[in-house]
Amino acid sequence: MKKNDLILQTTTKVVTFIIIIFAIHLFFAGHYTPGGGFVGGLTTSAALVLLLLAFDIKTVSKVIPLDYKKVAASGLLLAILTGLGSFIFKVPFLTHTYSYFNLPLLGKTSLATVVLFDLGVYLVVVGVTMTIIQTIGESE
Amino acid sequence: MTAISDLIIGIIILMGALLTVVTMIGLIRLPDTYTRSHAASKSATLGVLLILVGCLLFFWIKDGSINGQLLLGIVFVFITSPVAGHLLGRAAYYSGSPVWKGTVRDDLKDKQKKTKHV
Repeated sequence: MKKNDLILQTTTKVVTFIIIIFAIHLFFAGHYTPGGGFVGGLTTSAALVLLLLAFDIKTVSKVIPLDYKKVAASGLLLAILTGLGSFIFKVPFLTHTYSYFNLPLLGKTSLATVVLFDLGVYLVVVGVTMTIIQTIGESE
Repeated sequence: MTAISDLIIGIIILMGALLTVVTMIGLIRLPDTYTRSHAASKSATLGVLLILVGCLLFFWIKDGSINGQLLLGIVFVFITSPVAGHLLGRAAYYSGSPVWKGTVRDDLKDKQKKTKHV
């Protein structure tokens, strides 16, 4: 049954970018303001779910060819590796550090290694949520 | 924060709240799904937009900073809320929700018979 979903699909094409940009903003804002890896990941997967609602599951997996189980696994690996990285500097597990840098465009910015751990959380959340939704959606 | 900007922001936010109340009255009093969806998608959108614009102006005048999240929220609600109303009405029509008995013409019904669509 092919439905005439022109309005939904056109709006989805515009709105998905807004949601993903907002998710990236939430992800990077997490250190000083509300936000972080978990909310960013959930918002990103909300954008992907919107794509799944407007188009069918084959089209979306053709546009975004990601195996979400591998995304979750690589996020977990990244989180563990940032924890293990602290052993190189002879400090306890999961010790994080930060420092100030003068970046060319942004000016004085503090870069923290917690962002890498947060990226792991982000990938795990996106991977797990999309795996759950695709598994439920595919089963008849 | 001067008295005039206080007054303008207060009026904007009050108008937004008033439109939301009008939406609620419309949802209770209107007879069928489509007229209710008409009330909910139009006046609720404008009500929420006015409240967000009031917040934006308030923090702009108080702190001197334009909150990007509020701007994004205004654009987002303005795009998505009418589409949600459209989809609700569409889903209600195709699942056979009855129209109000005072309805005089239904163009979509004749079209549907001709093309066997959906």
